[in-house]
Amino acid sequence: MLYNGVIIRMVVPLLEVRNLQRFFPIRRGLLRRVVGQVRAVDDISFQINKGETLSLVGESGCGKTTTARCILRALKPTAGEVLFQTAAGDVVDTAGLPKAALAPFRHQMQMIFQDPFSSLNPRMTVFDIIAEPLLASGVRSRGQRRQRVERLLELVRLRPEFMQRYPHAFSGGQRQRIGIARALALNPSLIVADEPVSALDVSVQAQILNLMLELQDELGLTYLFVAHDLSVVKHISDRVAVMYVGKIVEIAETDRLFKAPKHPYTEALLSAVPKPDPRLRSERIVLQGEVADPAHPPGGCYFHPRCAHAIERCRTETPALEEVQPGHQVACHRARELTLKGVGARR
Amino acid sequence: MINAPLLSVNNLKTWFFTDEGTVKAVDGASFEVGAGKTVGIVGESGCGKSVTALSILRIVQEPGRIVGGEIQLRRADEAGCVDLAKLDSEGKEIRAIRGGEIALVFQEPMTSFSPHYTIGNQIVETIQLHQDVGKEEARNRTIELLRMVGIPRPERRIDEYPFELSGGLRQRVMIAMALSCNPKILIADEPTTALDVTTQAQILDLLREIQERTGMSVIIITHDMGVIAEMADDVIVMYLGRVVESGPVDEIFHQPKHPYTQALLRSIPSIFAEPRAKLPTIAGSIPHPHNRPVGCPFHPRCVERIAGVCDVHAPQLRPVNELQMASCFLYHEPEEAPPS
Amino acid sequence: MSKAKPRAAGGDSLRSELEEPLLTTAAEERVSVATQWQLMWWRFRRHRLAMISGAVIIAFYLVAAFADFLAYADPHKTEAFRSLIAPQPIHFFDEGRFSPHVFALIGKRDPRTFKRVYEPDPTRKVPLRFFAEGYQYKFLGLFKTNRHFIGVEGGNAEELIFLLGTDQLGRDLWSRMMVACRLSLLIGLAGVTLSLVLGVLLGGISGLYGGAIDTLIQRVIEILRSIPTIPLWMGLAAAMPRDWGVVQVYFAITVILSLIGWTDLARVVRGRFLALREEDFVLAAELAGVGQMRIILRHMAPSFLSHIIAATTLALPNMIISETALSFLGLGLRPPAVSWGVLLQDAQNIQTVALSPWLLSAAIPVVIVILAFNFLGDGLRDAADPYG
Repeated sequence: MLYNGVIIRMVVPLLEVRNLQRFFPIRRGLLRRVVGQVRAVDDISFQINKGETLSLVGESGCGKTTTARCILRALKPTAGEVLFQTAAGDVVDTAGLPKAALAPFRHQMQMIFQDPFSSLNPRMTVFDIIAEPLLASGVRSRGQRRQRVERLLELVRLRPEFMQRYPHAFSGGQRQRIGIARALALNPSLIVADEPVSALDVSVQAQILNLMLELQDELGLTYLFVAHDLSVVKHISDRVAVMYVGKIVEIAETDRLFKAPKHPYTEALLSAVPKPDPRLRSERIVLQGEVADPAHPPGGCYFHPRCAHAIERCRTETPALEEVQPGHQVACHRARELTLKGVGARR
Repeated sequence: MINAPLLSVNNLKTWFFTDEGTVKAVDGASFEVGAGKTVGIVGESGCGKSVTALSILRIVQEPGRIVGGEIQLRRADEAGCVDLAKLDSEGKEIRAIRGGEIALVFQEPMTSFSPHYTIGNQIVETIQLHQDVGKEEARNRTIELLRMVGIPRPERRIDEYPFELSGGLRQRVMIAMALSCNPKILIADEPTTALDVTTQAQILDLLREIQERTGMSVIIITHDMGVIAEMADDVIVMYLGRVVESGPVDEIFHQPKHPYTQALLRSIPSIFAEPRAKLPTIAGSIPHPHNRPVGCPFHPRCVERIAGVCDVHAPQLRPVNELQMASCFLYHEPEEAPPS
Repeated sequence: MSKAKPRAAGGDSLRSELEEPLLTTAAEERVSVATQWQLMWWRFRRHRLAMISGAVIIAFYLVAAFADFLAYADPHKTEAFRSLIAPQPIHFFDEGRFSPHVFALIGKRDPRTFKRVYEPDPTRKVPLRFFAEGYQYKFLGLFKTNRHFIGVEGGNAEELIFLLGTDQLGRDLWSRMMVACRLSLLIGLAGVTLSLVLGVLLGGISGLYGGAIDTLIQRVIEILRSIPTIPLWMGLAAAMPRDWGVVQVYFAITVILSLIGWTDLARVVRGRFLALREEDFVLAAELAGVGQMRIILRHMAPSFLSHIIAATTLALPNMIISETALSFLGLGLRPPAVSWGVLLQDAQNIQTVALSPWLLSAAIPVVIVILAFNFLGDGLRDAADPYG
């Protein structure tokens, strides 16, 4: 029952990413010669357990979206392993398999997109959009597809009567629900959500976040949630991984990461979020300078030019991601000595 | 005279006459901007916050038109007022005010620059357009401005093209350009929406610092309640073209009066929340501007709507205490139904 | 790491209620279920100029289809005694009664210039008749008939009416223009069809596969586009054997025209393919396991079909004007074929134009058709992509 690349291993995580790398070549000139590499994702490792939500946060260009697309094999990783536990219980390395060999379990990982407008084909009805994965997986009977689409629409709290409409008749939030219904059509175990609420209005964001939480409970889904908005992340995740210039700098359970960050970048990120309370206009940590260029990252720790705590060692030696407490990994030479300020739970 | 507002907008109506029908993008907005104050206009898409800004500067694009109301700007020189809504939108007077007394910072800094000229050229040109200074002096002033907005090595950056700068630096240059003529009022339309959090923090700090130094008034337009809480002295909450509530920032966040403000504040994801906490939501979605509900525009989504009142009469913005105003029938009786 | 705890904190398992009540009017419902084609049609209908242009173009193609019926004189019949007659006005009323007629012409030779001059003779009225008999032709290629839209009763139309005058060889210009319509409009259509096939095929391959094939095709396009068109045409036309018949020449000209024409379309198609490959809904389909062929046919092709229709409409006038230019220069169609370009060939020297300006009348339909196609194409493009 096994084919090339399938390894049997009994592990709990639904997904384990090991030393994932994705470089984009920079080409110049008439002959399109490679003159450099953008290290979009630079040797990252993490795992997601069944039924949990792991968030990848970071600023634009930190490699979070590239990571998500590598996991879904929308992009081919340059190196590394993406070990996914299929419904049958096997563990496959989706990074290494040829595209054709991916087909049998590809539908177990689905994606929710950022832009509710470009993610739905404007020329297809809602029924056709949601039923397409069913058709592709061999549900030939139209009646069966119809039933399933009705059920899916109810699942995302939309009226089944809307089935014959086209996407242009819906608001951003409703379109996002349609996108979620499509992602759920094939009963996936892993949902990769790439900034699913950042294009929505504030009052609609909450609806979609609640829906995702409810669906996770109902269907036992596992989420990889990619976002830049830390407030949103706080609401949805069990664990959070912070990325900076292609590397994971800190990964911990949500509460711990927010209350007691161990990496100066995480601290600055938390501090920079504008708090919706005028009484908290506080002394923020405002980072100086700009995010490092992933084509020419600085030596040592990529964050050292902007770090208030940098020492000589940070300039020369790249810190490894190390566990400082159970379940709390940090890539900082001074993680054990620094006391950093987090954001306490209030309300 | 100290208490007289610098800018006072009264019952402003800016409508768009499209083929599909009339869109009342701004439909009776009223607020005041005090000297040296920061006013935050907050609302979701389609609430008319940006169109309000464009109306003040008289740069509303066709088929949009100001159909009513006034925009009184207090002028420094003859201590008189000028109604911007009555000026010819192409005329000399408004052009002198635009970029002179009132400056604008956009959301997307890339599109607001011409890609063919260096940033220095563009700022120098703006300065010379509004002030009678020589090229050399304008250039020196530009370098000074760039230094003031925190651009490293301004002597060299001045000769760079917009695409050579990062998003954060472009926004700084944009602000420098807006400041070039010592405006009395700076309108910042979603100035940090396109930026990352850490860059956003830098730009917000910069805006505040400049305001302290120059004493200008700032109108900051955003959908982000966090930015409002950080920046504003006074807050205007808009929904579907109408001001639903206004007041000092502390009151708005801690004693919101209008059900929309209350619901909006409850529904924002908060960094202080318990992990995986469900959020109270506002039911439904924002109606398409073509089918605005009759009566109070928020009533179909409002949990406190009064049947027979809210879906019939349109509430007006009225004081609820010394500090706050709200347009809601929880606080006022319907007045004799004004013709809509 | 088993997790049995109730997950969402604070949520007392209260499911959020169904979204949105059904608050739609019939008109909105109609828009909600409208396909993109319907929306495009609704947008297009608002484009007055494009609608009118569309009607004009349809009218022109109808003329092309019924050219022989609308003509009244054999377009190929020469007669030295009728050379260079000026256009003749139609009189619609005769003593208050509706009775369209023309005056008969008397031709004389000017004793000094030796040119034939024609003078109307008001005493001899030639009444016009509808559905009159004339020369024989095949109606729509189906059956033989000799009925024409207008003609004269009893007599021979060719010798009596000259609505647009005659050329040097005494052929009736009105009739020739009707017939010319056919070739000129069809050569555009044929040329565009050919470039469409080439453009979609090569542009599609280029956009879909990328890499070396893409680079190769793009370079070929650049080279083709860098060759000055008129010398290229001249070279190719010169290479055409002199003894080729009308049909062969016609075919060759079509190929020559589309040789350049496909490059534009190929670029449009490639650009759309590249843009669509990046669309989220295409990635979503891929992730759902939808096959490559279905993605192309179901997701990508419909998205650029409207663009292609618009691009084709805009390419047609180029073809028509190219044919006209080529034929005018004597490089394209040659007599006895009749096209607008061939007709304009007669108007090549200044003297003829000065003395017989009606020979230029073939330029009028060219201008009208080109304008109409451009307006129509613009309208279609706006309707297909209102944000583009």
